[in-house]
Amino acid sequence: MTATLSLGHALNSGLRRAMEHDPKVVLMGEDIGKLGGVFRVTEGLQRDFGDRRVIDTPLAESGVIGTAVGLALRGYRPVCEIQFDGFIYPAFDQIVSQVAKMRYRNEGRVGVPLTIRVPFGGGVGAVEHHSESPEAYFAHTAGLRVVTPSNAADGYRMIQQAIASDDPVVFFEPKRRYWEKGEVDDEGALSEVPLERATILREGSDVTIAAYGPMVATALHAARIAEEEGTSIEVVDLRSLSPVDFDTIEVSVRKTGRLVVAHEASVFCGLGAEVAARISERCFFHLEAPVRRVGGFATPYPASRAEHHFLPDADRILHEVDRCLQP
Amino acid sequence: MTTAPVRVPETRIPEWTGFDGLVQLISVDGQRTVGCPYWELVADVDGDQLRDLYRDMVVVRRIDAEAMALQRQGELALWAPLLGQEAAQVGSARALRPDDFVFPSYREHGVAYCRGVDPVLMLRLWRGAGLSGWDPATYGIATPAIVVGSQALHATGYALGITLDGATSAALTYFGDGATSEGDIAEAFGFAASYMVPVVFFCQNNQWAISEPVRLQSHASIAQRGQGYGIPGIQVDGNDVLAVLAATRLALARASAGQGPTLIEAVTYRMGPHTTSDDPTRYRSAADDEAWRLKDPLARLSALLHAEGLADDAFVQDVDASADAVAASLRQGCLTMPDPQPADLFAHVYAEPHSLLQQEKEAYEAYLAGFDEGS
Repeated sequence: MTATLSLGHALNSGLRRAMEHDPKVVLMGEDIGKLGGVFRVTEGLQRDFGDRRVIDTPLAESGVIGTAVGLALRGYRPVCEIQFDGFIYPAFDQIVSQVAKMRYRNEGRVGVPLTIRVPFGGGVGAVEHHSESPEAYFAHTAGLRVVTPSNAADGYRMIQQAIASDDPVVFFEPKRRYWEKGEVDDEGALSEVPLERATILREGSDVTIAAYGPMVATALHAARIAEEEGTSIEVVDLRSLSPVDFDTIEVSVRKTGRLVVAHEASVFCGLGAEVAARISERCFFHLEAPVRRVGGFATPYPASRAEHHFLPDADRILHEVDRCLQP
Repeated sequence: MTTAPVRVPETRIPEWTGFDGLVQLISVDGQRTVGCPYWELVADVDGDQLRDLYRDMVVVRRIDAEAMALQRQGELALWAPLLGQEAAQVGSARALRPDDFVFPSYREHGVAYCRGVDPVLMLRLWRGAGLSGWDPATYGIATPAIVVGSQALHATGYALGITLDGATSAALTYFGDGATSEGDIAEAFGFAASYMVPVVFFCQNNQWAISEPVRLQSHASIAQRGQGYGIPGIQVDGNDVLAVLAATRLALARASAGQGPTLIEAVTYRMGPHTTSDDPTRYRSAADDEAWRLKDPLARLSALLHAEGLADDAFVQDVDASADAVAASLRQGCLTMPDPQPADLFAHVYAEPHSLLQQEKEAYEAYLAGFDEGS
């Protein structure tokens, strides 16, 4: 059955489906019970599944992840909510030293199939520490999978795939897209599109834009503007940030000969650097121009009344598209 | 050969009445103390069981000595000796029941031994032959935590799982006095008390976190530090194996009875260096060492056994011989331990196929194969 849902609602439906499917799935986090989370993504789940499966936690992020590790070692499949991107750092040790390495350290005898949900990114006028894009820290860490849906349909499926995965998954949710609606089909196998696969959301022939999470909608907007100006842009939604589906990007770039990578995170040492390097290696003789990157500056996230300068918009993406076309 | 795990009936849980000083059942000179209510918790420990505890302690001290020697001979990269902490480890581990689960730190070789882990497997980490040694599920003991304090949260989460399962077992986590300064310990106390989960926090206060004395970590006694969280604390003489056994049984019984977490501070002493890379003469005095040498946990139990006619020369020689046999087997296992192979690097990073890792593995294999072709 197909329904029109917001991303937030689609994630809620996906969580519900995962909990119905597997009684070992438990949700943990701050304010996720009666309140339903500050973004209401877990709304109604404690009411329907009880407070032993939707567990409000004390305000301690390392505690949330560390206890989830213990629950996983007991056979549970915890889904942890970190309330905001900027609050994940207290849990960094547990995620990087424990969650990511547990299977490796134990030579495969033990796994911790956690899903760590993180609302991320800016554009919502928030106060500091509420608009960050920390995905590169986690993508850099072996043992984790890092994914981010850009739309409701992917949100519904990807959250279920992440929970079903026997690997730990850091699941970044583009918070400014929570309220954007899309068609969600709840039929068909989850494996139709593997979790680590990128998808082409719009076909084009002149330039490829690779984006993920909140920046995908911006990239699609840029592509529509460019079309009016006679430039055909292909938009690749990476979806998975670790691993990255370089094959899909490569096929696209071999066709277009040009690539712009867009994300909200600071450009320096961001995902775009890795994509640019790999695609330059793979497509060197197909590239008509150097790979361009567009993203946040080498500054901390600014005050919200200046965030529109920090966040790439369609115009800044198109500026890089132009530099690709006229190198 | 070992003390039987005993479930203490709920009716025998002494009322916890707050912090009331050091629990000691065997005095430093090997005499039974009088009047301590904790005696009730070990009333079943007869001569045979006392001898078994002694045997355990001798064997783990021997394992420790052999590992120290192997490190000095270049066979281990590092070793963290347990010398002096045999009573704290054996006494607590022998209180555990088969379905309890242990989350240790890196010095708990004696605990792993009591859980049935082959000592050779303990050496894999220290030799650099692997990152762990044994299957945690098989022995009910997790891979040791090197990031101190992190494991207390894992124990708390595991105990939450026990509660969700409706089971009556418990989780027990070991950490040192240094780790009590870590935020994860504080968070574990908070979570455990909030959810009232069956977890035992077992701190071996061995007085030193590498070069830092315990007074740098804590102004209050460690046993007192649970009270603000509503967690009862027991301070026990960590060099008194019976007192440690009693305190741990009490804590496990409380856990299984739904009375929540307990903090045990076992006051002991790290008689050796922090690790084989450490030099304690730079930061502590020979007088300190000597004062604690007089409280040696093995000497104390030996004195009790001899005073009560429970040990004679034949028994001691038999125990020493069995410890030597374990050490010989440990040495043999260490020297014949295989090194990891290149393919092992890429195994078990993920449970499911991972495109990048697969690509790197294939590329590295091809690179190595190039050397073979050239030769």
